[in-house]
Amino acid sequence: MAEPLLDLRHISKAFGALQVTQDVSLQVHRGEIHAVIGPNGAGKTTLVHQVSGTLTPDTGSIHFAGQDVTRLPLARRARLGLARSFQITAVLPGFSVLENVALAVQARRGSSFRFWRPAAAEPPLTACALDALAQLGLAGRAEALAGDLSHGERRQLELAIALAMQPRLLLLDEPLAGAGPEETERLVGILAGLKPRYGILLVEHDMQAVFALADRISVLVYGQVIATGTPAEIRANADVRAAYLGEDH
Amino acid sequence: MAIFAALALAPLVGFGAGHSLSLLARAMILGLGALGLNLLVGGAGLISLGHAASFGIGAYALVMLDAAGQTDAGVVFPVAVLAAALFALLTGAVAIRTAGVNFIMITLAFGQMAFFTAASLSAYGGDDGYTLYGRTRLFGTRLLENRWFFHYLLLALLVLAWVVGRRLLASRFGRVLRAARENPLRVQAIGFSPTPYRLLAYTLAGALGGLAGALLANATEFVAPSFIAWQRSGDLLFMVILGGLGELHGAILGALAFVLLEEYLAELTPHWRLIFGPLLVLVALYLKGGLLGLVQRRG
Amino acid sequence: MSTQLLLIQSLNGLQFGVLLFLVAAGLTLVFGVMDFINLAHGVQYMLGAYLGASLAAATGSFWLALVLALPATLLAGLALEWLVFRHLYGRDHLAQVLATFGVILSLNQLVRMVWGSAPLQMPTPALLEGSIPLMPGLNYPLYRAAILVAGLATAGLLWLVVERTRLGALVRAGATNAPMVAALGVDIHRLFMLVFGCGAMLAGFAGVMAAPILSVDPGMGDTVLILAFVVIVIGGIGSVRGAFIAALLVGLIETLGRSLMPDVMRLVLAPSPARQTGAALASMLVYVAMAGILAWRPRGLFPVRAG
Repeated sequence: MAEPLLDLRHISKAFGALQVTQDVSLQVHRGEIHAVIGPNGAGKTTLVHQVSGTLTPDTGSIHFAGQDVTRLPLARRARLGLARSFQITAVLPGFSVLENVALAVQARRGSSFRFWRPAAAEPPLTACALDALAQLGLAGRAEALAGDLSHGERRQLELAIALAMQPRLLLLDEPLAGAGPEETERLVGILAGLKPRYGILLVEHDMQAVFALADRISVLVYGQVIATGTPAEIRANADVRAAYLGEDH
Repeated sequence: MAIFAALALAPLVGFGAGHSLSLLARAMILGLGALGLNLLVGGAGLISLGHAASFGIGAYALVMLDAAGQTDAGVVFPVAVLAAALFALLTGAVAIRTAGVNFIMITLAFGQMAFFTAASLSAYGGDDGYTLYGRTRLFGTRLLENRWFFHYLLLALLVLAWVVGRRLLASRFGRVLRAARENPLRVQAIGFSPTPYRLLAYTLAGALGGLAGALLANATEFVAPSFIAWQRSGDLLFMVILGGLGELHGAILGALAFVLLEEYLAELTPHWRLIFGPLLVLVALYLKGGLLGLVQRRG
Repeated sequence: MSTQLLLIQSLNGLQFGVLLFLVAAGLTLVFGVMDFINLAHGVQYMLGAYLGASLAAATGSFWLALVLALPATLLAGLALEWLVFRHLYGRDHLAQVLATFGVILSLNQLVRMVWGSAPLQMPTPALLEGSIPLMPGLNYPLYRAAILVAGLATAGLLWLVVERTRLGALVRAGATNAPMVAALGVDIHRLFMLVFGCGAMLAGFAGVMAAPILSVDPGMGDTVLILAFVVIVIGGIGSVRGAFIAALLVGLIETLGRSLMPDVMRLVLAPSPARQTGAALASMLVYVAMAGILAWRPRGLFPVRAG
């Protein structure tokens, strides 16, 4: 198999006496959705922070596209092609939908130490941004203020921003949280469509969506990966059943 | 713009007397400095309580050159601007690392540093200040001493700063700056580190403050450490809020209102600060959007 | 400089440090619990000094003045809270800075109107006149020693309250995570009134105690305020322990700097410019230290708030 896009090697992290990540190893390949599931408090969010670069693991290393990024800050990892979406949506409420996305395009295209030309008058930025919005079905809302969007639209905008970064890996932190059944269906369809072009690390609570989308699933319990495998393997795994359903072995 | 038109016409319609003109000059100079501060506060979301330091650096650069016999505008103004920019760059490099209250306090602290330094410059009058015998010369002429010329020069600089500032905020650079104000984490997640953008904005605001300081020294023909007192920084912040944060020209409107109000109240009573203080409290509490917001709501 | 003078100046530094701590303690807790920047906190200190000085003149007794000035500053603090500050909770820092700046302008002017611009004097109480021998040939003014002791005792008491009582636990929890404390059903506004009132009184107490050794003038609150802010920023906002250590540090740097820098400068400069530059450098020293500490630890020495 080719070299993985994202490779977590034995990472551990503790806050004081609390071990939140314990010897976690997992890989994400291009064209694959690798989902991380686990009960509340399993350390999923801390893991996301370590992959994205807002936290640094105590031990172990993180390799992205063949490069050791363990100690690189958030912004540097983003420039290497690691795009994350936020669990609590973090769009810029005072910016228009288009400008939210155009900012992400701007990060990948040329220097932003340009001071004179109005950024809104740069056709390439706008075109790329509109393109990303169209993929998410948001093109009609381009001129709206991001702060005025509905919850579901904001989730779509989050994804559009991530796509506009032209990333290699999408790190999606509960992209379906708070979405209604219809929105969920739409978003699942979109994610399935994105799969071939990117590697996706998906952290999600919605089990139905996870089992429908994921190629591989890792189950995180108390900071440890207790099982990794295809959806079918995970369904059948005794440890997973024990962790989730409280079944005895 | 109505403000600029009013400033352009003012000397022609009866405000051409020396006192009114020097009042307007003061307002425009403070407006220039406040505009720089608004770039920081309104644009980048960085609340500096030490902006008067850049005024002081600009003014003292002029004083030092004056004492050395150098009064040519071609030297004086660039030196004043560069000195203030350099100070902002160095102090900003430390200050930008902090956030929130710590940023407010560290800028205040750097302002105090500049204040005490100025107060100790005994060669330039120390606490008592330094009197200039003549304004900066423009191409060897004494053109700056002509009130009308000075008025329109200030107006031109103000318009220029406003136009440049607006373009700056709409540019790629300004977009990153504004985004980092709204959500720094988001900006980092798409690959920008806000620090260099903020530092540059801080430096630019400092440079503009330096220019304003050198102009203020010319207007008053006197420079004292009180230029840098922390209350001055508070006044500048007040001007920005009074005018309205959302738009750059709010700062100009705020400076104008501030200077006129101060003048009016000071004529009314020696204890004018007793009226001015509560007024400031009320503005902070209730005048969201500043005077500009008030005008827009009416319109 | 002799070791004896150094010892005296160190004691003076510590004594100034405990005064700063009394002002900074209220400031850091108010900020910690309510996320509220109160630039007008120095006003409490100034009011304490003025009330102390004029009450001492009126009653002829330092002690009576002290006893009367404390509730008076408490009331003044609560009145300000009721009039202005409570409208500022939950507002952005900019509005808080501006409004409290307006309060400073107003009250400084009010003080000028009532008491005039000339500095006031307050006599040292007869009981604390004279000096105590530290070692043979070295005496220290009794009053300054008393300030040091009273300040340390107050700091100790404050520490006990904050660390060992239920109220203190609430205050600490409030400083760490105010929304959580409010969600648990604690009346955060009442808690804050209490913290605010105590903070105001502590600053007033510092003002009364400082009055006999410093000049009482309308700008005195501003000077102390800025130093108190340096203290809480260095110490880490919301941390009483940090404020204490930082206050002593700032007190020492400020006092020792003033007496030592001119001498240091004399090594490289002529006496007169040495005095000038020395004094200037001494005033800057505290801010340089603050910049250094923040460059090294952007959130202060003892950061409290999580995340």
